[in-house]
Amino acid sequence: MTPYARRAVKDIFKNVYLNAVAVITISLSVLIISAFGLFVLNANDIVNAWKDGIRIMAYLKPGVSGEKLLDMETGIREMKGVKTVDFISRDAAMEFLKEKMKGQASLLGNLEENPLPDAFEISLIPELRDSQEIDTLAKTIGSLPKVDEVEYGQVWLKRFINIFNIFRFAAVGIGGLFFMASVFIIGNTIRLVLYSRREEIEIMRFVGATDRFIKIPFYLEGIILGATGGGIGIVASYIGYAVVSSNMVQGISSGFFHIRFFPPEMTLEIFLCSILVGWLGCYLSLKQFLKQ
Amino acid sequence: MKKMGSVSAASTIIQLFHVCKQFSNKAAVVDITLDILRNQFVFVCGPSGAGKSTLLKLLYLGEPLSEGQILIEKINLSRIRRKKIPFLRREFGIIFQDFKLIPTKTVFENVMLVLEAKGKIDKMAQKKVNSLLRSVGLENKENVYPPTLSGGEQQRVAVARAVVGDPKIILADEPTGNLDSVSATMIMDLLKKIHLRGATVIVATHNENLFRDINARIIRLENGRLISDHLQEQSQ
Repeated sequence: MTPYARRAVKDIFKNVYLNAVAVITISLSVLIISAFGLFVLNANDIVNAWKDGIRIMAYLKPGVSGEKLLDMETGIREMKGVKTVDFISRDAAMEFLKEKMKGQASLLGNLEENPLPDAFEISLIPELRDSQEIDTLAKTIGSLPKVDEVEYGQVWLKRFINIFNIFRFAAVGIGGLFFMASVFIIGNTIRLVLYSRREEIEIMRFVGATDRFIKIPFYLEGIILGATGGGIGIVASYIGYAVVSSNMVQGISSGFFHIRFFPPEMTLEIFLCSILVGWLGCYLSLKQFLKQ
Repeated sequence: MKKMGSVSAASTIIQLFHVCKQFSNKAAVVDITLDILRNQFVFVCGPSGAGKSTLLKLLYLGEPLSEGQILIEKINLSRIRRKKIPFLRREFGIIFQDFKLIPTKTVFENVMLVLEAKGKIDKMAQKKVNSLLRSVGLENKENVYPPTLSGGEQQRVAVARAVVGDPKIILADEPTGNLDSVSATMIMDLLKKIHLRGATVIVATHNENLFRDINARIIRLENGRLISDHLQEQSQ
């Protein structure tokens, strides 16, 4: 261990309570930010999965058949963002409905004629993720002369995406606030440590110690506090995730979707961010203190 | 007794030109001009509040100058860059009346700190500290913390710390002020030894008994002003 690192570790244990407060603050910040992060990550997965399954149903006016139908199908297939176009005849739709409503067959049995229209089921390419683009495409298809009505669950999709965006912005805002609060608390902790050791620092200066010699152990201290707090926060987040995840497997949501933890690179980023918080807190308070 | 006359610039290590230090409501040092030669033993004496400690603080940049100029080894302290100050301070070994030892570091660590600050952390540096502690009679006390030592012992640690970096100038501010006569004699003997090795020694004191039997330059201050400056030579 270098003399700087030795001094840093020694100093942490000399001011164990102050430093414990700093570590707990970083841990809690990481835990709260991670909880929001995990929500956003998994909600994003759900939205993407749902978008993958989006189909536009274009219901046709009665009496479209033969060549006209083929021309329409080709025209829709050539539109930007369209992956596949399947024609579902009104008879096929009725068969599908009957299959789905096996238990209530009497309801359909009383119908004198098939009320369902012919339709095109249009699937979209994954790149067409933006609700605005889906909306534009649906409107274009809806404006075709033989199309009676277009449906793709637009209201529900918009609402969901709006709520999701609110959470995403809240996560970023709360993350930023906790980042600043952590930097502030680390900065104050280090300032208190510096204040309690001002005479020692003054003596160091009188014996010819450079600012660098004085600063490095404090920087290391900040990095150690950040890393410890970050590590504890990440482990706590993982435990929280494991508990929630196992409850979901047993609960009603099983099969709908699987929640996941941060990928390794994102976990590393959170860890590095907490180290940055520790270092930044030290940097700011040292800068102010050593000016005096 | 000789009065100080003009000296050649080559042998001068410290030069003061019309130096003044003004605190908010008091002039601590007033218009002092003098040269201090290499390897001189200088006593700055005078009653309490005469400006002795302030003058020493001005030399090691413990206080900023109000007016005038100070040159240490031809370096003008008014123009020195902030980054260069630590390197200038390494030219000094400073002994304080209140010792200024770090209570949470052992005797060895307190002395070693000077060498660590210079980036010397090898075995040679450790040997040097140990041998210096032996020479000031503190062998077996390396791992002891300063608060458990007597005043005399603490001041010997401070002397060891002041000389371990082989500074050109030793500044001692009332080095025997808090000590009994036996400890005070021991500290003065150590300072004489350091002077014999070639260092310039400047001692601020109000105790005239300290320089009664020493060949030294005596600078007398009163109310911040230079009252007298002479060489005192003892007949052998």
